[in-house]
Amino acid sequence: MVPMPLTLPFAELEVGQQLYWQLGNLRVHGQVFLSSWVVIGALLTLVVLGSRKMQREPRGLQNLLEYLWTYIRDLAREQIGEKAYRDWLPFIGTLFLFIFVCNWGGALIPWKIIELPNGELGAPTADINTTVAMALLVSLSYFYAGLSRKGLRYFEYYVEPTPIMLPFKIIEDFTKPLSLSFRLFGNILADELVVAVLAFLVPLFVPLPAMFLGLFTSAIQALIFATLAANYIGEAVHEESH
Amino acid sequence: MTSWLLLATADAATGAAAGASEGGLFDLDATLPLMAVQVVLLTFILNALFFRPVGRAVEEREGYIATSKADAKQKLAQAERLASDLSEQLREARQAAQGLIVQAEQESDQLYREALAAAQAESIAVREQARSLIEAEKSTALAALREDADRLGSLIVDRLLAA
Repeated sequence: MVPMPLTLPFAELEVGQQLYWQLGNLRVHGQVFLSSWVVIGALLTLVVLGSRKMQREPRGLQNLLEYLWTYIRDLAREQIGEKAYRDWLPFIGTLFLFIFVCNWGGALIPWKIIELPNGELGAPTADINTTVAMALLVSLSYFYAGLSRKGLRYFEYYVEPTPIMLPFKIIEDFTKPLSLSFRLFGNILADELVVAVLAFLVPLFVPLPAMFLGLFTSAIQALIFATLAANYIGEAVHEESH
Repeated sequence: MTSWLLLATADAATGAAAGASEGGLFDLDATLPLMAVQVVLLTFILNALFFRPVGRAVEEREGYIATSKADAKQKLAQAERLASDLSEQLREARQAAQGLIVQAEQESDQLYREALAAAQAESIAVREQARSLIEAEKSTALAALREDADRLGSLIVDRLLAA
């Protein structure tokens, strides 16, 4: 790599650099796992602290957790429907919380303080592997949801309302994970890049609006991903009223 | 500024071209399945630590609120029924009291009238008796006077005649 012409400690920018770990003959992106462990650790800490002593009159963190729970419940119930949403609530909720904390963690935690030999820490969702992994999980789960609830009748969905829809529905099965993963990946990476570019050009104050906008986008992206995942599952388990 | 932008695109391009060996933005490798496994594990952990306990707490509270609301509604209905019962009883009691008062007034009026009539009759009778007594005494007195007068007259006549 050509060294940067100007090296500010917090405003360096590396794109597409990975910290490779060798596991057997597999190579993985170490920085993604490191930051995702931090994110998961934060999430689990919050959850464990908040649900230690559940009371009928909630106090402290329990309020936050219950708020999150009802928020996710309403989201899942609205998208999946009254009958099946309970089975998928944990999955949808985990997607939402994980993406949300990843995005905000990427924006709020000063990762640059930690020097890596190669690559840089950031939001795990700014790596295509993470988003594709989650999008494929969503695909698997809506197939599983549809097949387990309706059996082979699930495939009637492909020819409804008319058989003309068949090719489009098949294409949809590919575009769904593609759009899910690239939307999240693109938004988060673009946000990080914009903030980094602005910070690189003008280190003070100027990046702040972009940072706030980035926080907003991050939250919206988490919501969009979870809502779409729930919506796909809901479509798969939806019973046509004949 | 353009230098690193070019650098980034060039880097991404080489990354994409050279595949996993060079890195890059679209570098798919074993991170993907491992991340998927990690997310699935996180789902199970969060289900055990977060979704189930918090869901149970929230739903228990919702149930508790629903039952206490129904309870309170039932109690309110009962209280309203009791209140209407009591006001009904109160109304009846008022009516009864009113009736009793009217009856007592009528009775006392009746008694008053009877007593008045009796007293008047008695007074009339007493007066009548007294007058008849007076009449009788007057007539006896007159009779006695007349007799005396007769006797005196005859006595005078006798004396005069005798004389």
